[in-house]
Amino acid sequence: MSAVTVRCRINHDDVEVTVAPTRRLSDVLRMELGLTGTKIGCDAGDCGACTVLIDGRQCCACLVAAAQVQGASVVTVEGLHNGAAVTVLGELQRSFARHGAAQCGICTPGMLMAASELIARNARPSEAEVMDALGGVLCRCTGYRKIVEAVLDLGSVAVPIAPAAGAAVGARLVRTDAAAKLTGQERFGADQAPADALWLRAVRSPHARARFTIGSLDALHRSFPGLVRVFTASDVPGANRFGIYPTLKDQPVFAEGCARFRGEAIAALVGDRATILALGDRELPIAWEPLPFLAGIDAALSPGADAVHAGVPDNVLVRGRVVSGDVDQALAAAPVVVEGSWSTSFVEHAYIEPEAGYARRVGDRVEVFTCTQTPYMARDEIAAILGILPGAVRIVPSAVGGGFGGKLDLSIQPLLAVATWHLNRPVRGVYHRPESMASTTKRHPAVMRARLGADADGRLVGFEFTGDFNTGAYASWGPTVASRVPIHAHGPYHVPNARCLTRAIYTNDVPAGAFRGFGVPQAAIAHEALMDDAADKLGLDPLEFRRLNALRAGQRTTCGQLLEHSAGLGECLDRLRPRWRALRAEADTINRANDGSRRRGVGIGCMWYGIGNTSLANPSTMRVTLGRDGRVTLYNGAVDIGQGSYTIMAQICADALGVPVSSIDQVTGDTDLTEDAGKTSASRQTFVSGRAAALAGEDLRRQILRLANAGPRAQLVLEGPVVSVTDGGGVRRIELARLAADEQGNVLVGHGTFDPPTRPLDADGQGVPYATYGFAAQIAAVEVDVELGTVKPLCIVAAHDVGRAVNPTLVEGQIHGGIAQGIGLALMEEYLPGKTENLHDYLIPTFGDVPAIEVILVEDPEPLGPYGAKGIGEPALIPTAPAILGAIRHATGARIVQLPALPHRVLAAIQAVSRRPQ
Amino acid sequence: MGRFLRPSALDDALRALAAGRWTVLAGGTDHYPARVVEQPDEDVLDITRIAGLGGVVDAGDHWRIGALATWSEIAAAMPHPIFRGLQLAAREVGGAQIQNRATIAGNLCNASPAADGVPPLMTLDAQVELASAAGLRCLPLDRFIRGNRQTDRRGDELVTAIRVPKPGQDARSTFLKLGARRYLVISIVMVAGVIEIEPRGRIAAARIAVGACSAVARRLVGLEADLTGRMVDATSARLVSPAHLDGLAPIDDARGSAAYRREASLVLVRRCVAELADAAQERAA
Ligand SMILES: Cc1cc2nc3c(=O)[nH]c(=O)nc-3n(C[C@@H](O)[C@@H](O)[C@H](O)COP(=O)(O)OP(=O)(O)OC[C@H]3O[C@@H](n4cnc5c(N)ncnc54)[C@H](O)[C@@H]3O)c2cc1C
Ligand code: FES
Ligand code: FES
Repeated sequence: MSAVTVRCRINHDDVEVTVAPTRRLSDVLRMELGLTGTKIGCDAGDCGACTVLIDGRQCCACLVAAAQVQGASVVTVEGLHNGAAVTVLGELQRSFARHGAAQCGICTPGMLMAASELIARNARPSEAEVMDALGGVLCRCTGYRKIVEAVLDLGSVAVPIAPAAGAAVGARLVRTDAAAKLTGQERFGADQAPADALWLRAVRSPHARARFTIGSLDALHRSFPGLVRVFTASDVPGANRFGIYPTLKDQPVFAEGCARFRGEAIAALVGDRATILALGDRELPIAWEPLPFLAGIDAALSPGADAVHAGVPDNVLVRGRVVSGDVDQALAAAPVVVEGSWSTSFVEHAYIEPEAGYARRVGDRVEVFTCTQTPYMARDEIAAILGILPGAVRIVPSAVGGGFGGKLDLSIQPLLAVATWHLNRPVRGVYHRPESMASTTKRHPAVMRARLGADADGRLVGFEFTGDFNTGAYASWGPTVASRVPIHAHGPYHVPNARCLTRAIYTNDVPAGAFRGFGVPQAAIAHEALMDDAADKLGLDPLEFRRLNALRAGQRTTCGQLLEHSAGLGECLDRLRPRWRALRAEADTINRANDGSRRRGVGIGCMWYGIGNTSLANPSTMRVTLGRDGRVTLYNGAVDIGQGSYTIMAQICADALGVPVSSIDQVTGDTDLTEDAGKTSASRQTFVSGRAAALAGEDLRRQILRLANAGPRAQLVLEGPVVSVTDGGGVRRIELARLAADEQGNVLVGHGTFDPPTRPLDADGQGVPYATYGFAAQIAAVEVDVELGTVKPLCIVAAHDVGRAVNPTLVEGQIHGGIAQGIGLALMEEYLPGKTENLHDYLIPTFGDVPAIEVILVEDPEPLGPYGAKGIGEPALIPTAPAILGAIRHATGARIVQLPALPHRVLAAIQAVSRRPQ
Repeated sequence: MGRFLRPSALDDALRALAAGRWTVLAGGTDHYPARVVEQPDEDVLDITRIAGLGGVVDAGDHWRIGALATWSEIAAAMPHPIFRGLQLAAREVGGAQIQNRATIAGNLCNASPAADGVPPLMTLDAQVELASAAGLRCLPLDRFIRGNRQTDRRGDELVTAIRVPKPGQDARSTFLKLGARRYLVISIVMVAGVIEIEPRGRIAAARIAVGACSAVARRLVGLEADLTGRMVDATSARLVSPAHLDGLAPIDDARGSAAYRREASLVLVRRCVAELADAAQERAA
């Protein structure tokens, strides 16, 4: 299309830009004008990340033709703080910062633009007006509540929080990266690349299983001179294999002659951007031969099923097992035995930022700038794929626009790395939304059966669980799910006899991997449903029954591990009790009074969750330096994917060192500059890396004190190139310029490494899988429309034992976001390969789907953790779905056994109850 | 190489359409989502600058809603309470960003079975005004939309307006949408209804339409006939029977099963009639 010149005002300046007239405004803003604050999550109007103001009205820039803003005024997030428009806007950003309304920040520009449209015409909106105005922007991190609070709290006078030395832990500090996220300056995977970078896109299998051959590319190159090269499996210089487990690297970068799932990459096209974007799959000389495929667990386990991988004839990737006591005898003797079976769906991470980045070759090294949750593992895997040493790969993590486990596995990075290795030119790429959804990992669908037995007093005596997990075409994190679930499958209760067995099953579905909880959220649905059933049979209150059986310090788990500290489920339940009673009573009163088409219910869910890897080493190392100029720098490799680890580590390190947190600078993520702090997964960063940061801070402090000959209680004051140390009455001044410095100009360096102590599990799963566990209980109140089967959450009360809340605002943010994802898991999220591959058909909760949330923080300190802290990332999500399902059941008697509880399933379950003879 | 045209006069647009094949672009909210993976090389006619295609005007015996009227404009103000159902639908189309751009004519031309604009406009007896270089024609909405993503529009025509006849009597209308989440959701089922009430409370005319339960939204003519001539009261909704919905042909999809759609549509139709009856009685009181 021939270009046109568009003249418009952008952020209050006159702008002229000559582009193809139907190019998306979002693309023009980002690629032509460098305004990368406008984000792209879908290109289809579904996520709102691209929201800008056009003549004062919020619009999705991805749905606007460049030529349509001819003569118009466009405001992007970059225009918010230059103050020309509405003066209240700086305040809006400050309110977002204060309330923790930005986590990963990828939705934040869209949220700010939508909010600014609202407040320009209504400075004092109601909560409902805020939701209506912002309802078109999706957020996967925050659960929306803090965003609503931030908009409602505009104009209130707030004192900035600046804790004194030693008081950072426990403070509601504004996140260190807030300003970047609120002004559009943050650089996500798609926001930065060398100007001369070539563009890459993958070619993917449209079939769940198919052989393919790629014909001669000569004609293609002749018709598309801008196409530089097509890469396939034979271009991978090292191993065409990757995967999480060293012995299970079964996933190719490019499929070799046969694709095993719909969306698998078979080739990559690299060239100039216009050419690559215009070059459709139908132009490519690929011959496909679709083959019969295995969709779902039943197909893969049916007798005579094909093997997805030649070496695994029965399609069982791995088994997991925890056995203690004699469950058969215990259940045979138990006066109360309840049982059931459940199934769940693929769930998509639906982070708003699709996979993106660029790679460039620097001599014999490769650098990759990308969104990842695990820079070191990515480094090692890319090195193996390129056939070079790990040290020859540098991963520079971009800001991560949501991960939730989905950005642990490699995705676009090896494609970029292979291309740049051969071409010796920078290569960049961005997945489009359907590609991101079709090709990257999901939560494992589970098929579970379980039996629970209790004695007449209501004490659990036995629990039996079998679960099959659909791991898709490649192993990914299937083994983790299979090993983690049996440990947790009976819930956070003391169970003397248990047998919990799992299998991860290969199919021709999309690979399932890590997603917030590694299978434990699925298992919690089963154990909590049985707890409700058993309470029912015993005539006990569901909360009191759980309280009676809650694991506590001094008891052993089914792995035989003695819990010595920090098992705060009992306290969580005690703190919830008043709310539980009030909400249950309120629901009963309302149900008695109304006409019966809408019924209220209140349910409860409990969980426990082992922090860190299961019986595997997962050390973190942190380094903190004191420069000759007096600057303290924390080299922090614990990648912040929105949860706040850059802020948390600074708070912990500052207190350990004994200086105000404002004096800590950070270098983050980069594998050339920081030590390995492991993966941002398994809720481990606060506990493991946090402890390493504390150790590093303490180490540096010790060295300073030694120089000053001061005692452990001395106070440090950093005064530029001088550190003064006050101990008792005396003050010692250390002139840093007099000390020997290393090449980086550092005079002192503190190191800290922590690997949580665990022990291997034997064949029966006996051992010490985790050093510590998070505990939680949540209550959900819902209203069920019994004629339509729709469920509306009314409120969630969440009590979490986090050991110590290093930053309560961030902890609440994790809890809110986890609850929102739990609501999605319970009520609406169902990924169907080939059918719900976009954010239009795949539904995640919106502003209106997350109710008021009350958070109760329980701090039962973990002696191993930094200042007593444990993890919260995954625990936040696990109890929500069980609590909602319990509430549906309380309201209607309906048992939901297939998730999500879409209206048609809920209605069918309600009708099954009324048909059942009473 | 695709061409691009953004005329300001309707005649220029119609002349172009008469001379070749163009993809019409309005608010772009259906256009761009269909072009995420691949961008076809096409000739695009952007109609958003054409004068006289926006707004709502009183044209004597009918109102004329311009093709480019956006859902936000419709939600903000309409000239008569009979449009309340259409306004409720307008507030449910996507989110605010979508409503600010998406046009009413685009919704009809896209002809999705789940288009929220269609049932309310059917209950308003809307006519679709089409212009071409050869002249104007008007079609009832249920003749304009012929199937899933099929309309009666010829390639040389543009939809220029939606015409809504003025009711002879006092009228009430409503719209109920069922989706699996609160915002940004495509309907599993939606129901729109209009009743016109004689001064003494008798139903002079009733129009009820159900969407997303057949390729094209459908009016429930049997129910309409049964309602007409009766007094509105608290029992009106009891008249609704499953047989009234026999003409629907719901399908199974990711959003819901056919059986569920059938049941849910019955519930929503009953609630729709009950709400209309309530509204009519409030007026009487
Ligand atoms: C995130 C999102 C959520 C949505 N939610 C809903 C929803 O809840 N309910 C719902 O009903 N819809 C929904 N939609 C679709 C809705 O926005 C559209 O149907 C809209 O009304 C179409 O108008 P438009 O101006 O954007 O059309 P465009 O995208 O510009 O055009 C749509 C089609 O109509 C043709 N066309 C447009 N105007 C004319 C004309 N005057 N004459 C001839 N042909 C014309 C175009 O060629 C094209 O084929 C949603 C869309 C998105 C992106
Ligand atoms: S990128 Fe525009 S709405 Fe998602
Ligand atoms: S903060 Fe909203 S998507 Fe991450």
